[in-house]
Amino acid sequence: MSTPTLKQHTARTGSRIWGIGAFRPEVIVTNEDVCQWIDSSDEWIRQRTGIITRHRAPREVSVVDMAVGAGAEAISKAGIEASQIGAVLVSTVTHPYATPSAAALIAEKLGAAPAPAYDISAACAGYCYGIAQADALVRAGTAEYVLVIGVEKLSDVIDNHERTISFLLGDGAGAVIIGPSDEPGIGPSVWGSDGSKWDAIGMTHSLMDVRDFSEHAMKADDVESAAADEAHATLWPTLRQDGQTVYRWAVWEMAKMAKKALDEAGITAGDLGAFVPHQANMRIIDELAKQLKLPEYVLIARDIAEAGNTSAASIPLATHRLLAENPELSGKLSLQIGFGAGLVFGAQVVRLP
Amino acid sequence: MASNEEILAGLAEIVNEETGLAPEAVELEKSFTDDLDIDSISMMTIVVNAEEKFDVKIPDEEVKNLKTVGDAVSFIAGAQA
Repeated sequence: MSTPTLKQHTARTGSRIWGIGAFRPEVIVTNEDVCQWIDSSDEWIRQRTGIITRHRAPREVSVVDMAVGAGAEAISKAGIEASQIGAVLVSTVTHPYATPSAAALIAEKLGAAPAPAYDISAACAGYCYGIAQADALVRAGTAEYVLVIGVEKLSDVIDNHERTISFLLGDGAGAVIIGPSDEPGIGPSVWGSDGSKWDAIGMTHSLMDVRDFSEHAMKADDVESAAADEAHATLWPTLRQDGQTVYRWAVWEMAKMAKKALDEAGITAGDLGAFVPHQANMRIIDELAKQLKLPEYVLIARDIAEAGNTSAASIPLATHRLLAENPELSGKLSLQIGFGAGLVFGAQVVRLP
Repeated sequence: MASNEEILAGLAEIVNEETGLAPEAVELEKSFTDDLDIDSISMMTIVVNAEEKFDVKIPDEEVKNLKTVGDAVSFIAGAQA
């Protein structure tokens, strides 16, 4: 008996962004609010970070709720039905269940089930990782349309009294539909990791530590004591970063990766309409733009001033704002680059919807 | 290889470019944070520019040891040797 030849999907020539959506939660946290928790001032925070406000979600609004909000807008803007979606990719580090995924529930709520759905853990590079995968899925013929969502509820994993990162962070969600295109609408992804800097950004401790403490506390006589309460409060894992190490990597290493993404797409900085780096800190954005020698007419996303740093959500949120404020950018090229905890990074040039 | 005086003058130029501080304010005994009011992010920009100017490597873990301008001059001089 001869071995039959397998069929494979027919590959497509290109992919592009069909539609974009955003969800910005309602609570506005000002620098004055932040100064109740850390010894600082509005002027200091603006000067050092460029942040004026951040949006944060109320307790009852979840990662899934925000993702569904952004996803619904992206589907509607793309002009497709949710049932046409062939995969749902959700980049997040703040969905509070190790399993099941946020993506499976989001797909169900949006009407995209039974599409395959999974979460991506790539922190602030997560959205660009999602775009890299969606582009490959569409062009390989595995899916016709892919919903990519970057969503974070970072307010659940901050300690308002620490000074390395918490005061920068906000919540939100951004989403895009990636679908087929006759013309290439997504350049080659330049992505990677550097685990030698695994400790540079991340949680203070693991869930195993939480388990060990809980077991200990249940046996201890002083479980009701103030000391135990305090220990418990500080045991909730929260984010920290080594700002100097991250800054050097985010500017000088990421400038090289951003240039590589331009080279691989076969374009130069002068061909861009927009530059949308991860909204980590205004000084990183400014220094990256300087290193890339962007012409003045290239619009630089500065959503961070109003939204704070929203990790995986920051690039689609910033792109959504740029397009709303500058509709003439539609059809133009945007260089996007995400970078963060891992350390991991991802960059690509995309044609704006 | 640059002399200590040349390194100091070069550093003063870099500090001036990053912060606008007059080059003559950048003296050996001055603390980057307490006297020159240079924050951690500006310090890293100064470090990277110094690496390029003097063709040395200043590792991340070394940066926190560079408290004064003199510390930086000594480190760069040593790294060049």
